[in-house]
Amino acid sequence: MESSAGSNSDSMIPDVDRKTSTSAQPDDDVVLSVHNLTTVFRTDRETIYAVDGIDFDVRRGETVGIVGESGSGKSVTARSIMGLIDAPGEILPASSIRFNNDELTDYSDDEYRAIRGDGIGMVFQDPQQSLNPVYTIGNQIREALAVNQNIRGEEARRQAIELLEAVAIPDPARRLSEYPHEFSGGMRQRAVIAMMLACDPEFLICDEPTTALDVTIQAQILDLLSEIQQKRDLSILFITHDMGVIAQIADRVNVVYAGEIVEQAPVERLFQSPQHPYTRGLLDAIPGRRSGDDGLRTIEGDVPTPNAPATNCRFAPRCPKAFDECEAVPPQHVSVDDNSTHTAACLLYPAEMEESPRVAKHRRRAETETEADANTGEYHE
Amino acid sequence: MSKTVDSRPDESARSPQLESDVTTDPLVTVKDLKTYYGGDGAFADPPVKAVDGVSFQIERGETLGLVGESGSGKTTLGRTLVQLETATAGDITFDGTDVTTLHGDSLTEWRQRAQIVFQDPESSLNDRMTVGEIIREPLDAHEWGTKSERRNRVQTLLADVGLQPEHYVRYPHQFSGGQRQRVGIARALALEPEFLVLDEPVSALDVSVQAKIISLLDDLQAKFGLTYLFIAHDLSVVRHICDRVAVLYLGKIMEIGETEQLYQNPQNPYTRALLSAIPNPDPQDETARITLPGTPPSPRDPPTGCQFATRCPAKLRPSELDHLDATTWERIERFREVVRERSRVDPGVRGRITRQLGVFSAHDDIDSAVTDLFGDLQEFPPAVVNPIESAVEHIKSGYPEKARELLRDTFGSICDREEPTLQAVNDTDTSQNSKVSSIATTQRSYCHCHKSEHDDVSTIFDRRLNDPDAGTHSSVD
Repeated sequence: MESSAGSNSDSMIPDVDRKTSTSAQPDDDVVLSVHNLTTVFRTDRETIYAVDGIDFDVRRGETVGIVGESGSGKSVTARSIMGLIDAPGEILPASSIRFNNDELTDYSDDEYRAIRGDGIGMVFQDPQQSLNPVYTIGNQIREALAVNQNIRGEEARRQAIELLEAVAIPDPARRLSEYPHEFSGGMRQRAVIAMMLACDPEFLICDEPTTALDVTIQAQILDLLSEIQQKRDLSILFITHDMGVIAQIADRVNVVYAGEIVEQAPVERLFQSPQHPYTRGLLDAIPGRRSGDDGLRTIEGDVPTPNAPATNCRFAPRCPKAFDECEAVPPQHVSVDDNSTHTAACLLYPAEMEESPRVAKHRRRAETETEADANTGEYHE
Repeated sequence: MSKTVDSRPDESARSPQLESDVTTDPLVTVKDLKTYYGGDGAFADPPVKAVDGVSFQIERGETLGLVGESGSGKTTLGRTLVQLETATAGDITFDGTDVTTLHGDSLTEWRQRAQIVFQDPESSLNDRMTVGEIIREPLDAHEWGTKSERRNRVQTLLADVGLQPEHYVRYPHQFSGGQRQRVGIARALALEPEFLVLDEPVSALDVSVQAKIISLLDDLQAKFGLTYLFIAHDLSVVRHICDRVAVLYLGKIMEIGETEQLYQNPQNPYTRALLSAIPNPDPQDETARITLPGTPPSPRDPPTGCQFATRCPAKLRPSELDHLDATTWERIERFREVVRERSRVDPGVRGRITRQLGVFSAHDDIDSAVTDLFGDLQEFPPAVVNPIESAVEHIKSGYPEKARELLRDTFGSICDREEPTLQAVNDTDTSQNSKVSSIATTQRSYCHCHKSEHDDVSTIFDRRLNDPDAGTHSSVD
C-alpha cells in the first residue's frame, strides 16, 4: 500500500530526485560533482556534522555560489573538495567528490598534491595569509610556475609579468621585486589570483575572496574574476556570506544552513521567488532590500551546531512556518518549479500536495536514503 | 539630473569644509578638525594625515553615518571625537564645551557623556572577566553609586540590551558574536551617555545577527534619546540606520547630506562610484557599475588639489586635450599612476650616486611600462607623445618627481592643483521627514565640478561613460 501510494504521487508531481537525475544524464559538461558529502569533526564529547550530506555539481564555465552564515559549513565544503581536512576532521566513506569523473575521496596525498593548483585552484579570504611575507611577489609566482608547470628562469620571469598584467597590476615588471607588505589589500588579492592562475587550473574555488576588501576594491576583484573566467573558460565555486555578491557573480546558488543545502536554484529564480523560509529570512534581513518598510525582519534564535545526523529540519526551531512534523521528519529536496532546476528541502513543498501525503513523501525518501547509505556504505550510481 | 543648484553663493564662498552659521542646537560641532600621526621632529617622515580638516555637526537625537573605505580616517575621526586620540588642530564642541582643551578631572567627568562601541566583539572584551564585571567596569572607574547600586545597574543594562540576568556570571567566550556585541553596547551605556560613537558595530556579524543588533540600536536610541555617530563601510546598513551621512575619503569629507537624498541623488563623483560599487542583492540589476581604478593613495603623501583626483572618473581635463578619446586618457592616467608609484620610492644613497653618475637607466624598465600601456607610442598625437617621452627621460635619469610634475602640468587640471570647497549642491527641502532642521541637512559636496564654470558631474559621466571607446576602468590590455 505504501509503495503504490508512493508511485502514484511521484508520477503526479514533477519531482526531482536529484540523485537519479544527475546520474541519468551523463553530462560531460559537469566538472565537479559533489554527492552526499559528509564531513564530520570528532571531539571527545560529540561528533560535529559540519557538512551533512550535500549534493551539487558545477558545469564547465559556470559559477556556482554557496551562500550561508558563519558555521553553516561553507568553508568546510571547500576544504573537503581540496582534500584539506585533517584529523579530527573526517570525510565519511559514503561521500563522493568527482572531479572530471575521478573520485577525489579515493585519492592518496600524492595524487591530491598533483591536482591542487593545476586542477583545482583556491583563493582564500585573507590574501595576507596566502602570501609569504619574506619572499617577493615575483618569487612566489615563479615558484608556482616552477612547481606546477616546470617553467623556470627568464621564461618564468616573463610569464610572471604577464600574469600580473592579466590581473591588472600596474607596472608589473617593477612590482615583481616587491614584497607583500608593499602591496595594498586589493593588490595582494590580485597577486594571489595571479599565483593561482600561474598553475593554470580549470576549476577555481573562491572562499570569501572579497570579504576583507572595501566595496570599490571588491568591485574590481569581481570584475577581474568574471574577465578571467571568460578568457580561460574556468568553472568557479564561489563561497560567500554576502547575498549581494552572490547576485552579481553566480549562475546558480546553493543556500546552506547548518551543514545542509536548504535551497538550490538559478540565481534569478532564487532572488525572484525564494522558497525556503530560511532563504526568505536571510533576504529579508538585508537592510534596504525591502524598501519602504521600517525595521528589519530578523530570524529569531541562532544557528545550531549539528552534532548528530539530521532527524528533523534543522531550521525548524527558528522557522516562522514550522509545524509539528518539522521536528520529526528530515526534509528532502523537492522541485519547486516546473523544470526542476529549483529545489528546496522543506516539508512545505511540493506546495500543491496535501500536508499528510507531502510529509509521508519526505519521510519515505529520507528512509530510503538512510537505508541505502547503511547497506552499501557507498552510493551506487 | 539638474545642474547644480548654486543659489547660495554666500555659503559656497565660505572657507572649505565648514558648516557653520546654523541656528540649531547641535550636540557636537566639529570645526576644521585634523588628526595626524607621526611627523614630529625634524627628521621624521611626513605625518600620516588621517583626518585632514573636517567640519560637521551632529544634532541631538540624530544618527550621523560616517562611511568610507579603509584608511579614509573614519575610525580616527570617531576616536578623536571621544578623545581617545588627540586632535592635531581644530575644535570639537560638545554641548558648548570645547573638549579638546579638557584635562584631568574635567575630562574624566566629560567622558561619562560620550562613549564608544568597538568593532570587533572578539577583541574588545576581556576574556578573564565575567560579563557582569565587564559592564560594571566603567561604573567602578567613575565611582558610580554604591556597590549594590552598581550591581543593580548592570542587571538593568543586561535587560536593556536583551541579555538574561544569569549572563552576569558568564564569561565572554560562552557567548556568540551577536551577544558579545550586546555586552559591548551595555558597557558603553553604563554611564548613561548622551553620545555614542559606534565604530563598525555590526561589521563582524552575520546578516541575520546584524539585523538584530541594528534593531537593538534603534530601540535604545528611542528609549534613551541617544545621539549616534555610526561608522561603517557597509553602505546599506548606513542607509537603514542613519539620518544623515558623511562620506569620507583620505581624511576629508567628500559629501554630506540627508541619507535618502544622498543615496538617491549623489552629487560627488566619489559618492556615486561608492554607491554603484555595492553589490545589489538582485541579479536582474543591470545598472552600470562605476569601477574605480587603483587604490586610495597613501595618506602620508596625499595628492595636491583634490585628494580624489587620482581615481576620479569625472576629473576635469585641460580644455586643449579634452578631445582625446577615453582609452587614451585612461592610458595617460595609468601612466601617471606608474610614475607616481615610482616617485614615492626613495632612491636611497646608491640611487642618488648612480643618478649623479648618469648610469641610472642601465636596468630601468620604464620603456616596457610605456609599451605595455601605449603599444606603439608614436601612433598617438604629438600632444601626448612629447610630454610622455620627456617624462621617460626624467625617469631614466633618476628623477621621477620631475616626471611627475611635468605630467601634472601637462595633463593635470584644476583638480590636481586646487582644493575644492564643500559647497551646497541640492536645494530640495527634505526636512519634513527628518529629525533635524533644513539648514543642517543641506547636501554639500566637495568637488570642482559643482562650480558654474565647469560641466557638472552628470554631464561629464554621461559623456565619458557612454563613450563607445571607453574600456572598463579596471584593466587595459
